[in-house]
Amino acid sequence: MSAPGAERAARLLRASAAELADALAAGETTSVEITQAHLDRIAAVDGPVHAFLHVDAEGALAQAKASDERRAAGTLLSALDGVPIAVKDVLATEGMPTTCGSKILEGWVPPYDATVVRRLKEAGLPILGKTNMDEFAMGSSTEHSAYGPTHNPWDLDRIPGGSGGGSAAAVAAFEAPLALGTDTGGSIRQPGAVTGTVGMKPTYGGISRYGLVAMANSLDQVGPVTRTVLDAALLHEAIGGHDPRDSTSIDQPLPPLVEAARQGLTGDLTGLKVGVVTELSGDGYQPGVLARFQEGVDLLVKAGAEVVEVSCPHFVHALATYYLIMPCEASSNLAKFDAMRYGLRVWPSEDASAEEVMRATRDAGFGDEVKRRIILGTYALSSGYYDAYYGQAQKVRTLISRDFEAAFEKVDVLVSPTAPTTAFKLGEKLDDPIAMYLNDLATIPANLAGVPGISVPSGLADEDGLPAGFQILAPALADDRCYRVGAALEAALLEQWGGPLVPKEI
Amino acid sequence: MPEITRDEVAHLANLARIDLDDAELDHLAPQLSVILESVASLSGVAAGDIPPTSHALPLTNVFREDVVTPGLTPEQALSGAPEVEEQRFSVPRILGDEQ
Repeated sequence: MSAPGAERAARLLRASAAELADALAAGETTSVEITQAHLDRIAAVDGPVHAFLHVDAEGALAQAKASDERRAAGTLLSALDGVPIAVKDVLATEGMPTTCGSKILEGWVPPYDATVVRRLKEAGLPILGKTNMDEFAMGSSTEHSAYGPTHNPWDLDRIPGGSGGGSAAAVAAFEAPLALGTDTGGSIRQPGAVTGTVGMKPTYGGISRYGLVAMANSLDQVGPVTRTVLDAALLHEAIGGHDPRDSTSIDQPLPPLVEAARQGLTGDLTGLKVGVVTELSGDGYQPGVLARFQEGVDLLVKAGAEVVEVSCPHFVHALATYYLIMPCEASSNLAKFDAMRYGLRVWPSEDASAEEVMRATRDAGFGDEVKRRIILGTYALSSGYYDAYYGQAQKVRTLISRDFEAAFEKVDVLVSPTAPTTAFKLGEKLDDPIAMYLNDLATIPANLAGVPGISVPSGLADEDGLPAGFQILAPALADDRCYRVGAALEAALLEQWGGPLVPKEI
Repeated sequence: MPEITRDEVAHLANLARIDLDDAELDHLAPQLSVILESVASLSGVAAGDIPPTSHALPLTNVFREDVVTPGLTPEQALSGAPEVEEQRFSVPRILGDEQ
């Protein structure tokens, strides 16, 4: 490629989705050019990053060509028509492999699209491929993927977070301008924090879960993974809203999210009340992460917000509550992988019974972490233990929701660091489940209560020069507040930094 | 202090239909004990009169009109099956010799 050509491609890769949409509208580029630039980027850097499990170059280019034809004919489908996207491999894609990072689904090609995937297609976004993840979304590092870990673009020896490390790394490494993730205990927000990207977990029920392979139904949510807050709002509006195929989907319109992000970008937060959660800082949090968080809080004050400290006393029990409720739901959900109707089938002997085939298949097809959680869930749901474990966790879940309700009577949003530390080294916590689980300390309460939360890059920690994240939590259905405050913080930080912080060239 | 023995893990694996070998049992049992120990802190946190939350949304039943909507064709439904016979899922034997 000629030097001017390479420069032009680099500009397309660095652009936000909103900027790409503007450039397409102005006739400065085409969807085919943008999509090809990202496919070339994937070919160049995904070897070392390994954000993708499957790349669909042919399909993406065909969708891009169709988008360019619609543009010429004046029949555009949406504001993001022609802007390519990557999709976490836990979402069903018709005609495209969907593995959930597991050997048990190797080679499975779904016969239908998840609702969010169908909405992407209906909005005209070319799908670049499927991104890597911890097996069945169980993990905080993508090291539990059966297909090998994803590497953090900021430092290839480090984890990109999890479970959606592939989506976050793809966006951070400029392999895609947009991606979809899913968040059960922090799987969108924590990868966002450690890769310096934006990740939003919407209100539970705000985005359809139809076609999302469930880990814990009462906690799972699909959401946007992007490099800017405005892009997240644009994507959220494209995929959100009621879906009759998901009985837990909320039957009312989304609040105006893009408008809220644009309002936030003006930088004025006068009249906003912000609560710093006492229980989500201090012990276990890295000093550099806390320093960047405090600077973020100061910037909100400068933007006109009133900041107070708020105590949510039961948040200290959120991790234990989560690690009971989630395995219980997961053990029940994963019972469907029984080697009968789809996926792997292993014969331990030629005349094995269905039950023997089931046992052998589930042993061969599931990785360590999945087995840990299935066994734990089976234990906690056993008669005699049910009340002590699952029943007790459900009650504490009520107390955590009440903490949120009480806090939101006093303030409009709650804030905290997104993850307690920056990205750790690959392998460092792989065989220490408890150390791994601690990554989700600050993100889990939102899942238990069903409230929305966004992670916005807060800068680089002094100790290691790695990205940290700033979390903004809002009441259920008030996702717009996450976008308004997130965009205001982003604008203030970009002004301070003189532009976005990006990983050194991979 | 809750502890989960190797035998218990073997029993649970049996209930969960996973064939764990000896090495896996040795590996998992102590890890599960540590996890259980760390979640034991919950006991006594919530008083008896606190209602349980099973779901973030206060939902009851959701109904739709009883009308036919498009679904998968038999070929699509069977497209991921390990084995197909006469437009059906073919499965290993489900009854033992004695049954």
